[in-house]
Amino acid sequence: MDKKLKIAELQAMILEAEGFLPPMENSRQLNMLGPMAEAFPTGIFPMGAIHEFVSMDVAQVAASAGFISCLIGQLMQHKGPCLWVSMGKRLFPPALKRFGMEPDRVIFVNLAQQKDTLWVIEEALKCPSLAVVVGEIRDLDLTASRRLQLAVEQSRVTGLLHRYRPGRMNNMGCAARWQVRPMASKPIGRLPGIGYPTWQVELQKVRNGRPGCWQVAWHRNRFEYLEQLAPREQIRIKTGT
Amino acid sequence: MKRYVAIWFGHLLTDRLATLRPELLGKAFVLTAPERGRMVIQASSPEAVAVGIGVKMVLADARALCPGLAVFDFDPGEAEKLLAQLAEWCLRYTPVASVDPPDGLVLDASGCTHLWKGERPYLKTILERLQQKGYHVRAAMADTIGAAWALARFGNTGSVARPGGQLEALLPLPPAALRLESTVTERMHKLGLAQIGDFVGMPRATLRRRFGQPLLDRIDQALGTLTEHLKPVIPVAIYQERLPCLEPVRTRKAIEMALEHLLKALAGRLQQDGMGLRKAVFKSFRIDGKVSEISIGTGRPSHNGQHIFRLFTEKIGTIAPGLGMELFILEAPVVEELDARQEKLWNEGSAHESTEVGNLLDRIAGRVGQGAIHRYLPDEHHWPERSIRQASSPDERPSTKWPQTGQRPIYLLPQPEPINVTAPVPDYPPMVFVYRGKVHQVKKADGPERIEREWWLETGLQRDYYRVEDEHGARYWLFRSGHYEHDGTPEWFMHGFFA
Repeated sequence: MDKKLKIAELQAMILEAEGFLPPMENSRQLNMLGPMAEAFPTGIFPMGAIHEFVSMDVAQVAASAGFISCLIGQLMQHKGPCLWVSMGKRLFPPALKRFGMEPDRVIFVNLAQQKDTLWVIEEALKCPSLAVVVGEIRDLDLTASRRLQLAVEQSRVTGLLHRYRPGRMNNMGCAARWQVRPMASKPIGRLPGIGYPTWQVELQKVRNGRPGCWQVAWHRNRFEYLEQLAPREQIRIKTGT
Repeated sequence: MKRYVAIWFGHLLTDRLATLRPELLGKAFVLTAPERGRMVIQASSPEAVAVGIGVKMVLADARALCPGLAVFDFDPGEAEKLLAQLAEWCLRYTPVASVDPPDGLVLDASGCTHLWKGERPYLKTILERLQQKGYHVRAAMADTIGAAWALARFGNTGSVARPGGQLEALLPLPPAALRLESTVTERMHKLGLAQIGDFVGMPRATLRRRFGQPLLDRIDQALGTLTEHLKPVIPVAIYQERLPCLEPVRTRKAIEMALEHLLKALAGRLQQDGMGLRKAVFKSFRIDGKVSEISIGTGRPSHNGQHIFRLFTEKIGTIAPGLGMELFILEAPVVEELDARQEKLWNEGSAHESTEVGNLLDRIAGRVGQGAIHRYLPDEHHWPERSIRQASSPDERPSTKWPQTGQRPIYLLPQPEPINVTAPVPDYPPMVFVYRGKVHQVKKADGPERIEREWWLETGLQRDYYRVEDEHGARYWLFRSGHYEHDGTPEWFMHGFFA
């Protein structure tokens, strides 16, 4: 028993050294994630870390933006505003309300050059008064991503990098890599038409955690799980990516 | 002992217009404004006065006197503005200058005249300089404001009443020189009191009974037994700091040190006055005469030296030092009063937090321009393109609620893109559509949601929106422009992507 405690303590120390900081306040957890949070070390969605989202086509971009909005809506309940740095597509703010966000609390920065984008993202991640920084950036090298990770460890801002058709899938110093694909929605009851926003959320990489894949629908400000899927190798074959 | 100079601009507005339009010089022209349905003259040039056209004359009568009369519009606030400018200009002759509406200035010349070698040369210099500016001007100097005023308008121009001699200077002047109301002067005229000397020696009780207390006050003010105060113009404080260098400097570190030094002084002054700067310009003067300028702007007034310094550091690299800099100037051309209420961004979070975010936005704006930063608020329009508007300030709160009804796509195309569709029957969603060369089978669909064009803003066809889901689960926002009419089929467009 004593040994187990010791090991748990040591594990916590290692996690801390690797950038996974323990949650500061007990209330600040994303409790709407449900079973998805189990994939992360200590079972808590890491805030104050960098998450990477990869999208390969326009439909995935929209799905990822929706999923990101859900996360932001939760993250912003505890802290200040959100900065959304984008290069190409412009978000349509009225849609965000549906994902539990106040659209007027988001500051959009629209940029033309990758160099400026990286600079703005880094500066924003250093600002502890922000809750979340979303950065739409195509490519990022390992060094730059490490620098961003160091910035958030200081400021405890959550950074979400959204990469659309990255040039190459290089390793990044991020806590997790997600890919969100749209899924056919389930009809609501026996009503015809489109149901709630439904996605297949794949956690491709997670530091010190277990990757996984879930099918979720966004409803009543929380995720509803359609079914727990098998580990991602099987999904790969199924979806053919 | 006080000495005052009164300056009278006999034709202030017309002189001003003549300096702006030299072709009017020496011509008869007037400024008019509508009054009770007639055009009434408010100011007339000296040439117009010479042919008998005075103020308050109706324009039609004036035209009869002088057929070639040029007429311009009268701007009611202009005289005050012009006088304030002139008063500020006069601060080179005295530290205390004030406006005397509607057409004069009063300067407190006490202790100033010796710099111009005496009172007469002093007055002469002022008169000459104003005449050079193109004004018809008269001025006089006396111990009291009232006496100077009277002499400037009714005495000889350039006259200087000797100290203590205001009574004897006033004696031959008409009663109007005492700044009296027209009813009082009219009554005096009827009584045959043509000069101040005729009544100034009368018993005070009699004068009070006949003409009221104001006359006694005016006499006392002119004679100096009742003090009168000036309301001096206060020039706008200029927030500027200078730092000359003994030796020319050219390293970045030295420039940074100079900037820090100047910022410290400027921020201290701003803090003392309770002001914050919105814009700052840092000028470096090179020894070869070139000046390089870098400027920054802040989203809200700030006197935080550190923050302003950080904004500048982004741009110091653009200064080309050449052979070296010899002078640095830091200016704050736009300053605003610091408002404690403004410290909070959207009434939430602590003031410190929102200041931090504001500072971050300033830095971003400094690097990529203010145009890159947007915040959106709901607008009361159903038409999707108009349903949001840019927030005008970082603190603006939404005036209406975000609409809850009607699902909107997370990405809206800036321009709807035409698509080819196969729709079974009118008013049904399409079965298949081709967007950018790719075929999408529609599996599920919602709609139509009809959005009418706002006819009071623009004309065009209404849109019938459908939310559709294709075989891969991707969701789109399509619309049909207009109805199915007997001639041809309506066009379909792709307008957005749902999450």
